[in-house]
Amino acid sequence: MMRRLVPYPLLAIGLFGMWLLLTQSVSVAQTLLGGVVAIIASHGMRLLRADRPGVRAYRPLLRLAPIVVADIMRSNLAVAKIVLFPRRDRVSSFVRLPIALQSPHGLTLLALILTATPGTMWLQFDRVRRELIVHVLDLVDEEDWIRLIKRRYEALLIEAFDS
Amino acid sequence: MIQAPDLPLWASLLVAVLLLAGAAVTLTGSLGLLRMKSFYDRVHPPTLGSSLGMVLVVAASILCFSVLRSRPSVHELLIAFFLTLTTPVTFMLLARAALYRDRMEGREDVPHDDA
Repeated sequence: MMRRLVPYPLLAIGLFGMWLLLTQSVSVAQTLLGGVVAIIASHGMRLLRADRPGVRAYRPLLRLAPIVVADIMRSNLAVAKIVLFPRRDRVSSFVRLPIALQSPHGLTLLALILTATPGTMWLQFDRVRRELIVHVLDLVDEEDWIRLIKRRYEALLIEAFDS
Repeated sequence: MIQAPDLPLWASLLVAVLLLAGAAVTLTGSLGLLRMKSFYDRVHPPTLGSSLGMVLVVAASILCFSVLRSRPSVHELLIAFFLTLTTPVTFMLLARAALYRDRMEGREDVPHDDA
């Protein structure tokens, strides 16, 4: 019943929140209007036949968020240091990262995380070999780096999307 | 900026520091774009402006307008959310285009599909 009324609940909640933030008001009129817009828009999304995000568990995502924010801030400082004080022995390289995560939405999130972080850049995902090609600006130890990504991000994403 | 004189000193100082820090981080990123040698290296530094630089400027805006209007102003967080979500798409498109070109030209220093 709820599903028929609001086909994409997460999208509808997001749009509703965005509406209230943009109008900067929680008056009855804006709340109602925002609610109507959110519901109509989520019906529009159904016409596009988009896949549902398929999040199985939200807790791992909540645990992932602060890790990602901290890593992005740390990488900012690291990349700034590389730009301002270039080192001769810095090696930038492509890394092939074998990936166990199955969900396309989980992979999308991983792509956003890796690319939004300065110093790492998602280039390609090989569907057949299930391998990522990532460019790393300052590669110290390839094995270490692969282990870090798998443990820090992939494990939580598998918990959230695949299990 | 007619209301700016109403900003108390402590807030103006804090806003100024945040803004300047954000600008400095973004400038560093642009400098990196200029100084890096290869295309793939050059893609990385501009993300400074779209991550830490953006966060600092957004924080300055939130602080400034929350103090001026004496109520929390948080809709700037939407900028942070959507910028973080959308800039990687552009970066990936650019990098993919470069990778495609380099593969077509048969360069050996980029990863190939059937390597």
